Amino acid sequence: MAEPLVAANGVWRFFGDFAALREVTCSASDGECIALLGPNGAGKTTLLKLLARLAKPQKGSLRLPAPECVGYLGHGLGLWDELSARENLRFWANAYRAPASAAETWLARVELDHVADAPVRQFSRGMRQRVALGRAFLHAPDLLVLDEPFTGLDARSVTLLQAVLREALARRATVVVSSHQIPEVMELATQSWKLERGRLQSGVTQSGVTQ
Amino acid sequence: MIADAWKVAAKDLRSEWRTKESLNAALAVTVVLLLLFSFAFDPGAEDAKLWSGGLLWLVYSFAAALIVNRGFARELPNDCLEALRASPIPPGALFLGKAFAGFVLLLAVELAALPAFLVFYNVSLAWQAHWIAAAFALATWGIVVLGTMFGALTVNLQMRELMLPVLIYPMMMPALVAAIEITGASIQRQAIPEIWLRLLTGFDIIFTALAVLLADVVLVD
Repeated sequence: MAEPLVAANGVWRFFGDFAALREVTCSASDGECIALLGPNGAGKTTLLKLLARLAKPQKGSLRLPAPECVGYLGHGLGLWDELSARENLRFWANAYRAPASAAETWLARVELDHVADAPVRQFSRGMRQRVALGRAFLHAPDLLVLDEPFTGLDARSVTLLQAVLREALARRATVVVSSHQIPEVMELATQSWKLERGRLQSGVTQSGVTQ
Repeated sequence: MIADAWKVAAKDLRSEWRTKESLNAALAVTVVLLLLFSFAFDPGAEDAKLWSGGLLWLVYSFAAALIVNRGFARELPNDCLEALRASPIPPGALFLGKAFAGFVLLLAVELAALPAFLVFYNVSLAWQAHWIAAAFALATWGIVVLGTMFGALTVNLQMRELMLPVLIYPMMMPALVAAIEITGASIQRQAIPEIWLRLLTGFDIIFTALAVLLADVVLVD
């Protein structure tokens, strides 16, 4: 059996004396979509930051793909307001060693090619989120780490996000996504991880939930 | 690493060119302070040649604080720093890119304000101009590299605008003293003391190496 793309083994993460993650053990393989669920403060964002290499576990071990194979979309959009959508995506394509054409492809994919040269600061919240989606997906990552990506999206953007997630799963990418919009996520999830006070409850396989 | 650093520097310079936030502030502070000091002291006096070099670098250090403060702070809106840290750009390259951009911006401010200094204080820097050029480049890099390193450390502090100058001014003293001595020697048409150029070179090498090596610790939680 192939080794999982992502594996956490007894991972702990502290903020001072507070244990945000307690002995988390989990794994995800190619083509899996993990719905990361749990109440506010359960440790979802902390776990996602570990998966995106933004923090290191203080105990336990973590197996992750190389940074160029990871796409991360956190609470912030990771865009520079004074630069245009095209300049933003070109920078990120360059940073992730993706071909320059990836920026153009994703500008079209998120339906912003007609305003590609306008500064991002002139965009609505929904348009910015679509550029940020392009940023996270343009290098065709093997692992997608998405923190509340459905928050604040209009219906059109939700459909777009679900479509690009389906495409990513179809090319066997692994997706770990946290969300309070459970129906939207569960439409795609093959497995869910539920965090409670930093502890991972037993994973629930969503048999029958298909892409 | 250099290619990654250049990507970051080019992005920062483009952003700064669009907003001119730190460029305008630094240039305005530099010219205004040079003008005010020219009224406070007598630029026509013979001893102006003794102290004007020190005054120039003191004013440049204020401009440097404004520029390096923006280096990492520019990445705070929209959590861009987080996105950069999650990317394959190594922390050392991210740091070097910020330092390259800061160097270009501070050098631009220094060169733009230099004619005002020469006119207000009636001095010349033509004597041993190649050594002066080297001193400007070395001192500016040293100041920026130190400021960028502490800028990364203080980026998440609420009082970073106050904390950064408090931390960097004592540390940049060797570079400032060397730049002041070299500039003073040129203004007074004396031989450029080689020891200060060596000190500047050593300062730059030590702090650049230290900053690149420590970037991983400073930028990764």
